[in-house]
Amino acid sequence: MSTPASEALDHQATPWLLLAALAAVLPHFAHLPLWLSAFVVLLFTWSGWLWQRDLRLPRRWLLTLVVIGGCAAVLYEFRTLFGRDAGVAVLVMLMSLKLLELKSRRDALVVVILCYFLLLTHYFYSQSIATGLWLLAALWLVTATLIRIHGGAAATVRGTLRHAAVLSVQALPLMLALFLLFPRIPGPLWGLPRDAHAGLTGLSETMTPGSIANLAQSGEIAFRVFFDGESPPPGRLYWRGPVLENFDGQTWHPRPQVFSGRGPRPQLRFESQPVSYQMTLEGHNQRWLLALDAPSVLPDDVILSSTLTANSRQPIIDRQRYRFSSVLDYRFNIEERAPVLQRNLTLPPASNPRAVELAHRWQSEGNGPEALVNKALGLFASEFFYTLQPPLLGENSIDDFLFTTRRGFCEHYAAAFVTLMRAAGVPARVVTGYQGGEKNPVDGYIVVRQSDAHAWAEVWLAERGWVRVDPTAAVSPTRIETGIATALPEGEPLPVLLRAQTDWLRPLRYRWEALNNAWNQQVLGFDRERQRDLMARFGLPDADWRNLAAALGVATAILFAISLIWAMRQQRRLDPAARLWQRALRRLTRKRIHCASWETPLALAARVAEERPELAAPVSRVVASYLLARYGRGGDLKPLRAAVARLP
Amino acid sequence: MTLLATLRQRLFRWQSDGTASTRLGQRRVFILPTRAGLLFAGALAVMLIGAINYTLALGHALVFLLVGIGVNGMVHTFRNLHGLVITPGRCEPVFAGETAHFPLRLGNERDDPRLALELEALSPPSPPTPLPSRRSVLERIVSLTSKKVGVLAAKPTRVDIQGGSTALASLPLPAQQRGWLVLPRVRLWTRYPLGFFRAWSYLQPEMRCLVYPAPLDSPLPPASPTLLGGECGSEGGDEDFAGFRPRQAADSPRHVAWKASARAPFQPLQVKQFAGGAEVELRLDWVLTDPALPFETRLSILTGWVLAADALGARYALRLPGDDIAAGAGERHRCRCLEALALAVP
Repeated sequence: MSTPASEALDHQATPWLLLAALAAVLPHFAHLPLWLSAFVVLLFTWSGWLWQRDLRLPRRWLLTLVVIGGCAAVLYEFRTLFGRDAGVAVLVMLMSLKLLELKSRRDALVVVILCYFLLLTHYFYSQSIATGLWLLAALWLVTATLIRIHGGAAATVRGTLRHAAVLSVQALPLMLALFLLFPRIPGPLWGLPRDAHAGLTGLSETMTPGSIANLAQSGEIAFRVFFDGESPPPGRLYWRGPVLENFDGQTWHPRPQVFSGRGPRPQLRFESQPVSYQMTLEGHNQRWLLALDAPSVLPDDVILSSTLTANSRQPIIDRQRYRFSSVLDYRFNIEERAPVLQRNLTLPPASNPRAVELAHRWQSEGNGPEALVNKALGLFASEFFYTLQPPLLGENSIDDFLFTTRRGFCEHYAAAFVTLMRAAGVPARVVTGYQGGEKNPVDGYIVVRQSDAHAWAEVWLAERGWVRVDPTAAVSPTRIETGIATALPEGEPLPVLLRAQTDWLRPLRYRWEALNNAWNQQVLGFDRERQRDLMARFGLPDADWRNLAAALGVATAILFAISLIWAMRQQRRLDPAARLWQRALRRLTRKRIHCASWETPLALAARVAEERPELAAPVSRVVASYLLARYGRGGDLKPLRAAVARLP
Repeated sequence: MTLLATLRQRLFRWQSDGTASTRLGQRRVFILPTRAGLLFAGALAVMLIGAINYTLALGHALVFLLVGIGVNGMVHTFRNLHGLVITPGRCEPVFAGETAHFPLRLGNERDDPRLALELEALSPPSPPTPLPSRRSVLERIVSLTSKKVGVLAAKPTRVDIQGGSTALASLPLPAQQRGWLVLPRVRLWTRYPLGFFRAWSYLQPEMRCLVYPAPLDSPLPPASPTLLGGECGSEGGDEDFAGFRPRQAADSPRHVAWKASARAPFQPLQVKQFAGGAEVELRLDWVLTDPALPFETRLSILTGWVLAADALGARYALRLPGDDIAAGAGERHRCRCLEALALAVP
């Protein structure tokens, strides 16, 4: 049975392989190093040239040298041969080199299987609808190439492409069954390489002047929220991220081990009805979850830190769904422990002397804490500018900002405010997160983007606990009420899609994002939970992997039986003339004239003329036109059709 | 061994298909994954692990689509053979040492083409050697299904059949011995379209090819005057040079008139023709060959004589032990003589 697969590859199969390989590699050019892309293009061109000239393929030692050189270059570029990016680079290079070794059918098969493999690697970088569509087309081409390799020169281009399409379409039901019923295992199975989640954007753990302004340039979606009931107005949507308590003069840091969940539990008193919602968070490679301030009900496996930030146990590396309830009016830690208050009064020694001095002056004027807060907000409201492009600040950044530049973004205001409060003896800290969000009228989801990243302040007041104060609202109330796009002056660098004036694009964008959201929720977000929900809808609540395997087995058996029935059905298609002839015979059967299987049309006509003279004329007309259509020149069917119609 | 033979019959339906057309039903088509198929399955397993590890929903979808394509490819491979109509043809006799061709007409009644069908004749399984150790029946079956079922007798023949048409596959088989060359079991197989599965079927059409003895060139025996008819008395009539005629393929090179041909370089080669050839009657008798030679060699000499006599256009009679063919000439007479030679028994 082992006729070697190493049969020679026919010459015309090579362009197929080149095209399929190109389709599989092309999207990788977007992130491969430039030299590698150029090298791959060179290899493709070389292979194509050799094919066109029908030249001898390069010798093995030469290819070995090229492989070693290429691997060394990848090693130099990525410092490793494994991991996501380096692995993809090696795979792309090896496949391109295999194109220079296309001698036998087995070589071609290796290229095809590598192509399939490369198609998978695209999903490391993007799982968007566009990627899915492109890869579907590439899959079609690669499968057609595989068919062409085996069909040989007798296969036409059209026939091959058609066959591949038929194969793929027929594979869809099984794919759907497997996708829905194959027991989903939550990954990762083992530690992922360090670069697995490179390039995830989101809030950073620390805050320096400018860090959030950078984030605001990105129109990327941070998370989506779907409220069960009416959604609160955007001005009240504060999505709470990490709380930064330590300040070193330049950078704000969270307290170490703040995410561990140790420490005292926050004391909360709720003063309004909770709102519940589902949050679909994009992976950001951090542990905080950005629940609406303040969370009242948390999903399992989520810990509320002592500073009221919801934290996951693991960094969130891919899109996740959570259900929360939050209460917008609350009292937080009316009884705060002294060390915490002390910590939130600390400023680095001998920094920002002018700010400290200003705060002391306010304090000495006999203002209470609430009056101090209002004084600071009044200061910001009077002479400050809200801008994404603030001037650079010197060593005493708060002083520079407060007394010299007076232009800044939310992090500047929050930092300056907290500094002033601490200097005046009011415990205060910086809270980062997101603020606002845009409701998509198409699907009702609230979309929060990276550009909605925000920083505000929290002060501790006796009898009231920690109270949120947003100094940015004092400078630019529109930022809080309607979002960043309207708050920024003309000419600020914002992503095109966020600009307020691109109104005509807005409905289009809503639709596109709703489509993407549906894709994310239904296709990409299909996980164990959804699988369980689906099974419950089919009357199998609490389905475990055994139920799923059984359901999958049944579905597969049914689908396989259907395809076997299809395969064994013989389509014995008669030509149109014969079909008309059969119809005429059926008519005659009704007249009790039966045509024996051995009887030729002419013999039948003769018999009819003898036995049933009244039918002789129409039958002989049918016979004559049938013979003419079947065996005559031209094969005109019209007379036959007319003659059959005129049979009594 | 009878149990084994029965099992073979049951499993592989090796019974003869006779001379009528056969349609391949699903019980006669077998299918197993190829090495490429196993490689593909391995690649899919690795891809699935990768998709799980990196939680790639589309990765899952891609792997599952490929699984669907693979399974569907199996159905298509099976379908490539299923319902094929095979009609045995007639084979032309050959001389020993040549290649016999067994024509099989393959009919495709579907609209879509059946590509890359391959046929190979398997030489009959060698007589079973006593097995060194006791092996289980299962092991024997396994060994039967493996490559040792039959030895490949010749290179496989590849056929492509377009939709609704037929194609002729000619199975070459080396003819080594004179007599009837029976077409051994034929394996018809295909890997189209994906090459991940290989479907095959065994055919045993009742086809045989007559193999004449290999001709041996030796001078014709002299026409014996005693046996010539009275109306043609001139001695050595077949030796009288009468002229030239263009050479035909059956003419022996020894009869080519090289000098005459050289004079007309762009004409076909000329052959010397002898007067009175048609009237001469040769008697090609078994006893005229050297009795010291082996039986087969003597038959070969006689075969050479028959061909030479036919090339001369002479009338000739053939006498073999147990067979006597009266004098005659022409195509049919030659075939009859050659057949007698092919089937002669010592």
